[in-house]
Amino acid sequence: MSLLNTHTISLFVTNAPGVLSRISAVFARRAFNIDSLVVSPALDGKFSRMTITAVGDSKSLDQIIKQCSKLIDVISAQEYDGISILEKELALIKIKTSDKYRTEVLQVIQHIKATTIDLNDEAVVIQLTGNSEDLDSSIAMVEKYGIIEIVRTGKVLMTKGTDKT
Amino acid sequence: MTKKTTTGADVLLKVLENYGVQYIFGHPGGAAIPIFDALYDSPLELVLTRHEQGATHMADGFARASGKVGVVLVTSGPGATNTVTGLLTAMMDSVPMIVLCGQTIRENLGKDAFQEADVFSMTIPVVKHSYLVKDVNDIPRVMKEALHIATTGRPGPVVIDLPKDVTGADCTASLDVEVNLPGYTYQEKVDSQGIKALADLLKKSKKPLILAGNGCIISSAEKELATLVRTLQSPVITTLLGKGAFPENDPLSMGMLGMHGTAYANMAVDKCDLIFSIGSRWDDRITPGNIEKFCPDAMKLHIDIDPAEIGKIVNPDASVVGDAKLVLQELNKLVSELDSKEWVAQCQANKKKYPMKFKIHGGLKAQHVIDEFSNQTGGNAIVTTDVGQHQMWAAQFYKTQLPKGWISSGGAGTMGFGMPSAIGAQLAKPKACVICICGDGGFQMTLPELSTATVQNLPIKIVIIDNKFLGMVRQWQGLFYDNRLSGVELKGSPDFVKLAQAYGMKGFRIKRPADVSKVVAEALAYNDGPCIVHAEVVKEDNVFPMIPAGGTAGDMILEEPKKRMEKPKGST
Repeated sequence: MSLLNTHTISLFVTNAPGVLSRISAVFARRAFNIDSLVVSPALDGKFSRMTITAVGDSKSLDQIIKQCSKLIDVISAQEYDGISILEKELALIKIKTSDKYRTEVLQVIQHIKATTIDLNDEAVVIQLTGNSEDLDSSIAMVEKYGIIEIVRTGKVLMTKGTDKT
Repeated sequence: MTKKTTTGADVLLKVLENYGVQYIFGHPGGAAIPIFDALYDSPLELVLTRHEQGATHMADGFARASGKVGVVLVTSGPGATNTVTGLLTAMMDSVPMIVLCGQTIRENLGKDAFQEADVFSMTIPVVKHSYLVKDVNDIPRVMKEALHIATTGRPGPVVIDLPKDVTGADCTASLDVEVNLPGYTYQEKVDSQGIKALADLLKKSKKPLILAGNGCIISSAEKELATLVRTLQSPVITTLLGKGAFPENDPLSMGMLGMHGTAYANMAVDKCDLIFSIGSRWDDRITPGNIEKFCPDAMKLHIDIDPAEIGKIVNPDASVVGDAKLVLQELNKLVSELDSKEWVAQCQANKKKYPMKFKIHGGLKAQHVIDEFSNQTGGNAIVTTDVGQHQMWAAQFYKTQLPKGWISSGGAGTMGFGMPSAIGAQLAKPKACVICICGDGGFQMTLPELSTATVQNLPIKIVIIDNKFLGMVRQWQGLFYDNRLSGVELKGSPDFVKLAQAYGMKGFRIKRPADVSKVVAEALAYNDGPCIVHAEVVKEDNVFPMIPAGGTAGDMILEEPKKRMEKPKGST
């Protein structure tokens, strides 16, 4: 059994009902859990871009990618690693802010380059963007003040240069 | 009453007619009435079945015997869900099939309407592709795409879910619509570099072994395969579904490999220095659980039309994605005779030393009956089977000579497949001798289709190997579970000869070894309609050789073991 790693797969698919079901069925059949999934229309609205992150062994993932590629609705499916791609994720984080810690929290927020998008007596909602690993470490820094809720968009990616993803 | 307009259903049938479809296998129901109404005026012939599963297996048998697409028409809800077993069967064995399902009206979708089932979602894992048609003017395009997808590349089934108000609506779309499938590609060009790599590795082999699979049958590569085999002077083994790709009475044929393959095939696998799969997917009936133990010292070569099969089980030393026939045509230009005389002699010596055999005396044997059918037809019949002991004996003892002459549910292992698929095969090949070899268990799963065979007046010969047991499971319980027989004794089966008569068919019975030759000859000579040959065989015979699931050739047992065996580690 090979090591379990996080993999990021980008799929270019037809924008049609049922496409997501077909793709998730390929992952589910091998008991691969999808960590995050982002779907949005592509430049040409007939197609969609899908970015999936999932944890599993590489050999199984190769097979999953091949089986996704086989789907009639999938134009391309490819795994990407960090070297050739730009990747970003957005997170909204709701943090407790008592009078005692408010200043400290706001300082930390500034330090991690988050944007405050809502603030009241008991909580602050901040917005973070960056690559997923940076978001993880930023979130760790505010954790001790008490996180009420986190919503993350999941990773999106694009290749560098002029080539299409 | 004359019809004034052209409905979606009319157009749907017109596309099938223009494509060359002759038969539709189906069963009606409320949501499919507009399509059945259109059939009233269509030259397409409906084969009315007794159950939707039967319809799918008939379409499957038709497709495998003819190489053409099989078409099924059913209604919504249970009509559609009854096709799921047939879809899995076709998907696993790469059979081109279109399943048209009636569906509730669009307005009712998702509201638990009468006979509504979410067919689109529930069939996703068992189809090559599927459609839910929401606009009547999409019908020409969807039908053309479906036919294209089902029949090209690696063939497979396509489901089309058709709401009743869509098929019943007026259709104004042109039939001359273009197929537009940007996500669908398959290897059409020949990969010359890859083929050269195959040829280079072949040159070095002194102990080559060609493994012919279903891909050879689907691509009709039998001539090219024979040329390759004779040029190289390489022994050939086949998978269950590869039977017929190469004549099984040829001295270079080593028969079927795998769990119940011939001893000499499995010995060749163990000792070869190169194994070359042409259209086989190295499945778990022919490879051990630990794939490292599968011919460990041999080079592995692989041709497959489906890129997802390359490296799925075996990581090949060289591989080509493409159609077997086209690839072999090019490969044959690059190969010459190998230094394989010793190896061929060794394989042929094993063939003499460990022949497939059975004892003719001591009760009627299934093998005896099948062997007699093989001899009397010269291996030139189309044989369909169910799944289980009789299937393995048929694979071992029916020496298939015809490509597309062996029709069996390989991947799915579907009981009840044999008889309906024989109906489809006989419709595809009216002049062929079609024999269904089935067991008393599987036969009773789709038995109502006897009516369909009678109505169509097809001279299929249904050979029921009746051992009063679900024999393969009994064999496992006997060998690995201390003979604790559980759920395997089939009591209460009807008298199959009387059953034949009840359906207006001819019935034959074989009880004694001495009757085999005569009754087989009578059954083969009877062509006025379908007949049943009820072979009452010994109850507790087992299939050998056997490689326990997950094992290698080294684990093969050739006859009944004296001691209790360990439970196998592999799957069933």
